[in-house]
Amino acid sequence: MKSKITRIILITVSFIFIGGMLVLPLSSVIVYALRDGIKAYKEAVFDEYTVKALYLTIIATMSAVALNTLFGIFAAWTITKFNFRGKQLLTTLIDIPFAISPVIAGLLFILIFGRVGWAYDFIEKYNIKIVFAIPGIILATIFVTFPFVSREIIPVLNSQGKDEEEAAALMGADGFKIFRKITLPHMKWALLYGVILCTARAMGEFGAVSVLSGHLRGKTNTLPLHVEILYNEFNLTSAFAVSSILVIMAIIILILRNIVEYKGKKAGEL
Amino acid sequence: MYVELKNINKSFGDFKASDHVDFQIEKGKLIGLLGPSGSGKTTILRMIAGLEMPDSGDIIIDGTRINDVPANERGIGFVFQNYALFRYMTVFDNIAFGLEIQKKSKKEIKNRVNELIKLIGLEGLEKRYPHQLSGGQKQRVAFARALAPNPHLLLLDEPFAAIDAKVRQELRSWLKEMIERVGITSIFVTHDQEEAIEVADEIIITNHGRVEQKGSPIEIYKNPGTPFVAQFIGQSTIIENYGALKGFEVLKNIEKAVIRPEFISISKKSRLKQYISAAEEGTVEKISFRGSYLEVKVRVKDIILTATRTMEDELIEVGETVSVLIYRLYVFDENKTYLLENNTMEDKNPVFI
Repeated sequence: MKSKITRIILITVSFIFIGGMLVLPLSSVIVYALRDGIKAYKEAVFDEYTVKALYLTIIATMSAVALNTLFGIFAAWTITKFNFRGKQLLTTLIDIPFAISPVIAGLLFILIFGRVGWAYDFIEKYNIKIVFAIPGIILATIFVTFPFVSREIIPVLNSQGKDEEEAAALMGADGFKIFRKITLPHMKWALLYGVILCTARAMGEFGAVSVLSGHLRGKTNTLPLHVEILYNEFNLTSAFAVSSILVIMAIIILILRNIVEYKGKKAGEL
Repeated sequence: MYVELKNINKSFGDFKASDHVDFQIEKGKLIGLLGPSGSGKTTILRMIAGLEMPDSGDIIIDGTRINDVPANERGIGFVFQNYALFRYMTVFDNIAFGLEIQKKSKKEIKNRVNELIKLIGLEGLEKRYPHQLSGGQKQRVAFARALAPNPHLLLLDEPFAAIDAKVRQELRSWLKEMIERVGITSIFVTHDQEEAIEVADEIIITNHGRVEQKGSPIEIYKNPGTPFVAQFIGQSTIIENYGALKGFEVLKNIEKAVIRPEFISISKKSRLKQYISAAEEGTVEKISFRGSYLEVKVRVKDIILTATRTMEDELIEVGETVSVLIYRLYVFDENKTYLLENNTMEDKNPVFI
């Protein structure tokens, strides 16, 4: 009997908390966005700068996710299939972005590529723009999101062990064939899950990107930065309308995540 | 000699996995590498396969030193402990994998795989995935997969460890028969002496990274070469003061002895007709039913001995005083074992092993 009461209380508290802290604010974003009617909403969403910001967000997210997926697979493969000195250190280093505030990550790149940075002369010579330009935004996004993919696949690869790969290698299969035929099918759901989490995080990244972007409207503004600018200009309806784009994208990703999670569990991974 | 290991050493950090390992294997033989866990038997197997590199020493197969030959060019089939079947491939694709890598034609692959599936008796299961197979079936597929590219040498790492007791028995004879039929030189690793004795033509016993003894199962059983083998093989009890037992004189500097249950016979007190003078008196301490026989712990002069009795024998009870005849025992010092016969029994041994 007692456990039943505890159960009800715990479930209620969880729902109230999540409702009050997450669902209510998120739905108010949508409500606010539509406050001045559909027309105003459409105007805000299809505003030239908003579209450009959305475009840049998608570019930055896709580049970061692609690179981090590649890197994540390499890192996870290295860590789980080989024994070497400093393996533990590498595993820990991968997690650094989880621990460091994104603003600091942004400042790091300013210190490297900015006017005061040690690499400034070099990149200036070859006319490469990083700070206050799109490459900087992509770099910042990569930095903050790079543990996601490797974190998801390392446990799966670990649990698989090396036997199957060894068996294939003994029969003469080369590294690529082993990866394609044995490792990849095994980790595909975990990989997809990691990619989705990485995408979600990359899309919403604010801190690091904010430092590196320079807030040039139409040039280096991503959606989250655009929202901030609109908000600072007291253009609340537009700010919320643009926010709603992010919210909708997030919901789509959540749904995708759930599908992948369900399929992955069915396949016995994750 | 077909497979030769010459003075192989291998360490993992401070752990010496192989310590001057030296042995030879004849072509066509089925060899059991037997030893307790951590004795270095799997390391030996993995070095022959090319999955580990020895620190020093030579591995020779068919007259060629293969230390520097990559694993996949050694012509070796390997059956992993947990089979390591490719879980996202069907039975057919698993067996075909090695052939595909060798770029055999589709038709050739199909014929070979079907031939092997027939050999292992799994016709009709070609399209199943590993998780849809029983332990015994997985074992068979792993065996077929290792054989598919026609290796010259088959290595099996604990081939029966992951299978339940009942199927294991059946698979042992199956595997022995298969290997004989294919006629391939094979080495398998096991920690189970019963398995090694039953399956292998020859046994190599390892301990602490060293080879203790090599010989046929009967040789090893009858003439254990080292103290370790004497204790490891059979159901051995170690006793310290064997001189206290009738008919055994203490050899100089040798204090320990090993007795196996089959060296002892227990009789009801009044039933002993022969060797009455040689028999000791003992008290039954414990009787355990082992399924097809009784294991009896009996105390003789403060030494606890383990003996067996069949179900046909007259029942004895705990606490009963019985006559205990000890035919022989092994004594050993640091390096060697010696067989001691009970010298109060003039007759030749009435028991054969």
